[in-house]
Amino acid sequence: FPGLADVSISQDIPVEGEITVPVGSQSPDDDYSTLDEPVKDTIMRDLKAVGKKFVHVMYPRKSSALLRDWDLWGPLVLCVSLALMLQGGSADSKDDGGPQFAEVFVIIWFGAVVITLNSKLLGGTISFFQSLCVLGYCVLPLTVAMLVCRLVLLAGAGTGSFVIRLIVVGAMFAWSTLASTAFLADSQPPNRKALVVYPIFLFYFVISWMILTFTPQ
Amino acid sequence: ITCLVMYLFAEFDDAANLLAANPDATTISIDEPAEIPKNQHSRLQEPGREEDDELLGTDDSDKTELLAGQKKSSPFWTFDYYQTFFDVDTYQVLDRIKGSVFPVPGKNFVRLYIRSNPDLYGPFWICATLVFTIAVSGNLSNFFIHLGKPTYHYVPEFRKVSIAATTIYAYAWLVPLALWGFLMWRNSKVMNIVSYSFLEIVCVYGYSLFIYIPTAMLWIIPQRVVRWVMMVFSLCLSGSVLVMTFWPAVRDDNRRVAVATVATILLLHALLAVGCLAYFFDAPELDTPAPIIPAHNSTGTTVITKSH
Repeated sequence: FPGLADVSISQDIPVEGEITVPVGSQSPDDDYSTLDEPVKDTIMRDLKAVGKKFVHVMYPRKSSALLRDWDLWGPLVLCVSLALMLQGGSADSKDDGGPQFAEVFVIIWFGAVVITLNSKLLGGTISFFQSLCVLGYCVLPLTVAMLVCRLVLLAGAGTGSFVIRLIVVGAMFAWSTLASTAFLADSQPPNRKALVVYPIFLFYFVISWMILTFTPQ
Repeated sequence: ITCLVMYLFAEFDDAANLLAANPDATTISIDEPAEIPKNQHSRLQEPGREEDDELLGTDDSDKTELLAGQKKSSPFWTFDYYQTFFDVDTYQVLDRIKGSVFPVPGKNFVRLYIRSNPDLYGPFWICATLVFTIAVSGNLSNFFIHLGKPTYHYVPEFRKVSIAATTIYAYAWLVPLALWGFLMWRNSKVMNIVSYSFLEIVCVYGYSLFIYIPTAMLWIIPQRVVRWVMMVFSLCLSGSVLVMTFWPAVRDDNRRVAVATVATILLLHALLAVGCLAYFFDAPELDTPAPIIPAHNSTGTTVITKSH
């Protein structure tokens, strides 16, 4: 700064003033202190997060909680319980029975991965695990439908029970598709929405088909 | 294949610059120099030879320079490279499906609809839908055919899904690979004006399988005549799409080779349809009325009814 070359700062002018330092920075101590909390608190916090997401799926509103704090515990629990409930079907010695545990597991996870890749390749802005999280959580209505089907089948396996199962599975399939579309639709480019929604429809249709065709021994 | 790419790029240097196709190691697009990578459906070609000699008008020459820079090519290990194969909008996919179901005589599917923008969305999801449609329809049709029999116990037949998936995906990917290899080999001997890249062939095959989805749903009807009529009808439609696409690519060749190629394409297509019908759908029972055989004996008439 050539203009200030002739300005000299005297050594004995005291510098005064006030500096306010924001009182922050005690929260890192709070974050680290979760190491000291009882295990029950840690587990309850995760369980509450999973439970809150279940509620979000059953009453889908445009909230970003499901997307922001994704976790894969819920999808894992749902997938395992659905696959377990689909066992004990026509799994007799013939090969043409119902799906095995591994087949259900692979279909759900591989299907969710393929749909996520599809939406990302078409230009979607959602992250990989967020999309997996949403697709996995939206299997919840179909798991409820499977539970209802098994209870109905305990009462009998006639035409009446089939009609009830058809209505329940159909309604839950629509609910799953609409819930996942509500969460995922905003992150897609606008002129490709149908291209992204159709595979989700196919995915839940296949799961619904597996549930509907479950016949006990 | 890399050597072939290098050789062809040396031969068609100007064309390659104009086209700015994806210069990757696995696919090449050596269309004639006049072909412009456009995404609009503005131009209709005249039938016959003129469709091959699409002349580059002077008003399009400046556009080619602009459009040549649009398709960025990334190396094949990046995610963006694969995104270029999904660069389609909803209306484009629907248009391509419509073009495969209603083939216009004389118009080439690849030239009219794909236009140097082959996509993998259509082939992949049409094949997936077809797999599940065939499995579900086969299961439903078997259920209705055998309904009412006392010895029949319904099974979901889940194994057939994996068999269907293997068959259909193998057909939709291996047959185009073989066809592309064959066309490349013939191109090295006889200079054809029209040739397709591997992805364009995969695209044509994928979209031509769409007609089988409603056909499979209609195959639930347990009447032999209905099923065969549906099969012939859909075979004609999708076969004509394939023939109109590949005839211009082989017609400059030796007559017998050209006819044999097209015949093989149609034969494989028919084989797929007949095989799916035979394996996934049980034969409907012959609907004969129960014959009444009166037994003439002295004690009286006994009526024996025979039913399946």
